[in-house]
Amino acid sequence: MSLTPLNIVLFGIVALFGVGFYGLLITRNLIKFVMVLQILIKGVVLALVFAGKLSGNLGLGQSTAATVIVADTIVAVVGLALAVQVRRRFGTLDVPKISTLRG
Amino acid sequence: MVGMEYLLLLLGAIFCAYRAIVSKKILSSTIYLACISALVSAVLYLLGAPQVAVMELSVGAGLVTVLLVYAVSVVGEDALDPASVIPKPLAFVVVGLVAAFLGWMIYPSIQIAPETGPVDLASVLWQSRVLDVWIQIVLIFSGVMGVLGLLSERMPEGSKETHS
Repeated sequence: MSLTPLNIVLFGIVALFGVGFYGLLITRNLIKFVMVLQILIKGVVLALVFAGKLSGNLGLGQSTAATVIVADTIVAVVGLALAVQVRRRFGTLDVPKISTLRG
Repeated sequence: MVGMEYLLLLLGAIFCAYRAIVSKKILSSTIYLACISALVSAVLYLLGAPQVAVMELSVGAGLVTVLLVYAVSVVGEDALDPASVIPKPLAFVVVGLVAAFLGWMIYPSIQIAPETGPVDLASVLWQSRVLDVWIQIVLIFSGVMGVLGLLSERMPEGSKETHS
């Protein structure tokens, strides 16, 4: 496997996705959860533009990436709003603790 | 060496991503997240997608960082991240397998096809992807509602004040 720019970008996409997936598995804090989702989505945005470049239709890749960025931001906003309200209601951001609470 | 700039930028992004996950302080994680956005937007620019790079930089490194800092200031640095539910070595092995499988599936298909469609984002977005624009408008409306939820100070009915 030669070290061309395309291979490097592919490695970067897979590695970003892997780190994000690892974070998703080990994180328990709700705010960190939102951050980990952001990392995963950054890998996805990179992959969409990369796929557009490979398929010779960069405009399509860019437009889908733009849509994903907007959706990702909304996910972050709604996730953070939920986290703030959960913290106010339950006094914790720890997901397993929240799932065992009643109220 | 050809592609050295890609290598440096992506290694930086991966390092920042790892630090963002393992960092004990949420505020430090937020700064690392902004760094990832900046580095990824540089890679996007090098790939020939300047509009998306600007969006990623302004939204990822700007708006989301501000929102995260605001959320941290509201809830407080409450917490060192407790031990994970899944053992970390097991998570590492699972992620390694998934990443290797993903790379193995994608790698054979890497070859650049000749340019077939328009490169300009505006022409694609306003002519063939108009539905995306409408979806984005609806999403932004939901985001405004989310910000109102984030800024809301009112406690839910029947709940007790649990923090000082």
